[in-house]
Amino acid sequence: MQTTTTKSQSRTQSLVKGESLQRFLALGALVILLAFFSLISAPFRTTENFTSILVATAVNGVLAMGATFVIITGGIDLSVGTTMTLCSVILGLVVTNSGLPLWLGIPAALAGGALVGMVNGILIAKLKLPPFIATLGMLNVSRGLAQILSDVKPVYFEGHPEFYDLFMGKPILGIPNVVFVMFGAAILASLVLTRTILGRYTFALGSNEEATRLSGVNVDAWKITVYSVAGLFAGLGGILIAARMNSAQPSVGMGYELDAIAAAVIGGTSLSGGVGSIAGTIIGALIISTLGIGLSIIGVPDQWKLVITGLVIIGAVWLDILRRRGRA
Amino acid sequence: MAELLVEMTGISKSFPGVHALDDCRFELRPGEVHALVGENGAGKSTLMKVLAGIYRRDAGTIRFKGREVEIASPRAAQDLGISIIHQELNLMGHLTVAQNIFIGREPRGAAPFLLDEKTLNAKARELFETLHLKLDPRARVSSLAVAQQQMVEIAKALSFSSVVLIMDEPTAALTDTEIDELFRIIRQLRERGTGIVHISHRLQELKQISDRVTVMRDGGYIDTVQTAEASIQSIISKMVGRTIFEATPELPEHPNSEVVLEVRNLNHGRVIRDVSFQLHRGEILGMSGLIGAGRTEVARAVFGADPHDSGEILIHGKPVAIRTPANAVAHGIGYLSEDRRRYGLALIMDVEANVVLASLRKFAGRLGQIRFDRTKAAAQEQVKGLAIKTPSLAQRVRNLSGGTQQKVVVAKWLAADTEILIFDEPTRGIDVGAKSEIYRLLNDLAQQGRSIIMISSELPEILRMSHRILVMCEGRITGELSAAEATQEKIMTFATQREAVVAA
Repeated sequence: MQTTTTKSQSRTQSLVKGESLQRFLALGALVILLAFFSLISAPFRTTENFTSILVATAVNGVLAMGATFVIITGGIDLSVGTTMTLCSVILGLVVTNSGLPLWLGIPAALAGGALVGMVNGILIAKLKLPPFIATLGMLNVSRGLAQILSDVKPVYFEGHPEFYDLFMGKPILGIPNVVFVMFGAAILASLVLTRTILGRYTFALGSNEEATRLSGVNVDAWKITVYSVAGLFAGLGGILIAARMNSAQPSVGMGYELDAIAAAVIGGTSLSGGVGSIAGTIIGALIISTLGIGLSIIGVPDQWKLVITGLVIIGAVWLDILRRRGRA
Repeated sequence: MAELLVEMTGISKSFPGVHALDDCRFELRPGEVHALVGENGAGKSTLMKVLAGIYRRDAGTIRFKGREVEIASPRAAQDLGISIIHQELNLMGHLTVAQNIFIGREPRGAAPFLLDEKTLNAKARELFETLHLKLDPRARVSSLAVAQQQMVEIAKALSFSSVVLIMDEPTAALTDTEIDELFRIIRQLRERGTGIVHISHRLQELKQISDRVTVMRDGGYIDTVQTAEASIQSIISKMVGRTIFEATPELPEHPNSEVVLEVRNLNHGRVIRDVSFQLHRGEILGMSGLIGAGRTEVARAVFGADPHDSGEILIHGKPVAIRTPANAVAHGIGYLSEDRRRYGLALIMDVEANVVLASLRKFAGRLGQIRFDRTKAAAQEQVKGLAIKTPSLAQRVRNLSGGTQQKVVVAKWLAADTEILIFDEPTRGIDVGAKSEIYRLLNDLAQQGRSIIMISSELPEILRMSHRILVMCEGRITGELSAAEATQEKIMTFATQREAVVAA
């Protein structure tokens, strides 16, 4: 018994090391990126620029939190980008057309997102569609609905300047409210993931779904809940992007789901499930926007920005695989 | 006689293409250990899964404490107080021990959706104390050894304060000390009035622990007997439906001939330490040791499935580089994992595809197209030669019994003209009848001039089958014994020969 104990202890240690390693690496990478760009570029190291990095992170950060939940269960959600668009259109229509008070648009957008997520969850849990296919279908459905509802025309918040002010106003330290919304949502999401039964079952599903089912957990209901949460975050993303653009643009949104997934993975969420954290995801989202803005400022053409961002994602996934191999 | 806890009558269950249970019955009294035995595929696990709410029966009635009940889900079974420990470990490796035990029943904090981790760990600690288990509630399950994970499963089942506890082969992966520990817990529960169903292939064990034995065969009920009044021989006859004599077959003559495989100073971290040995033509080399001694690790390193830090591997006296399983296969080495379902078979493919999987190149035409006439002939030959019990070559391997699956793996390596076969626990989870068939097969293979390394944790098996025995402990080879001089005692002495260094 002595041997097995010592052996398992050393394995536990290396495991813990491997797990926090990626988050540490991600944080280190973020610090290095910020230091690097600050060093070589004067316009980068300004308060306004750091603020704009945070603002640029908000939408992707919020979507990525939803992606984190889904990926920890071992699933994937490709529909969050266009669902975000759909939700911003819903918001725009409620605010501008219905004559209803502005604040009603916000729950409407959130509910719309959660509903789309719930449909995803039902398709996956009840109809047993693979998450990749179910949400790929939903990507198109949401996109189409957004265009139908808006008649393929942007919805402007004319006569409602208070909406822009609500999210882009800067009452504290000159930082727009969206940034606080993102961090507030992050704290909440992190608490849900680590302190609530929903969080526990999110990890349990990704770790061993069958064992979870056999433990008497209603796996289907929790899976539907997790996808609904991802939809809820897409709804929040829709509100934030509408505020940033001061309009609902029915044609944006494609590709946002991939950035969200990339942020989660760079932040240490394992695509094979069971591992991930909100803090890591936020770091991942910050890396993506820092890289984007930094490269722009030092004059790297857009084409090369894509190449570099792509390489970062490949590197992050490779690290994930190395980490898992080390564990086996 | 006390009131029955469980009474199952007329239970039938079919799966697509398979009649798994036919008019089965089973009963359990409070404070009884009721053993359920039968060959693989006899329907033991299926019957118990019906009781545990995992499968729905097609016909029959279940009475629980005299009342007819409908058990629709694992949850419903748990609510009645029926718990099951599955044959395969069913744990969430990323979660901690305590989180696993109380999954689905987490103590709640200030709000009903909040977790109370402190109480969770405290409850787990309390549970371990009553069971005298040494486990850290906060340890991550994936970091535990298999035996410890098994203990977590048992603790989990017991945490339901169950009145019925079903254990499906709980001892398969445990060492003798751990089995004693388990039996101590079982006796403790029996005194509390818990009814325990114990499914096992180790008949000696049932004599020790059970009160009654129910025998099943081919999905049907055969008989229930008082353990004390039944001989093991009679139970085996009921299981196989004929009288078989478990006589030791003669060890085939081992021609002390050429060295086929030689391993020199193999090292890998702390797991494999300076391992050297030779394997002769036509030899069955037994590898013994306690669980975790490094036997599987050596086998996987020789097969190229895991890397090694240093050391030489020679085939027919020539040093070879084995970095991947493909290298090993090219040099005529085949590895039969203890976990056949995971590492040995493509479960959703059919028998024919599995048999030719390792040698597909042989059956390909010039354009790379598979010559199905040849693969079929080759598979047919193996099915006949090894007496593989399958309805057809097109049967999915998933639907075959454990012993038959093992034969399909053997067939795969034979079809690839493998000269050196490494068997890792070849009879794990295989019933008595099929076991002697596997033994006969190993002997035949050795007589045909193939060389076999057999890793086994069962000492009688090692003693009966091996020409020569290597014993490992903590990654080192601590002893070598010839068949003539080997005894259980000598093997155990070597197996526990630890280094003089005391771990901190």
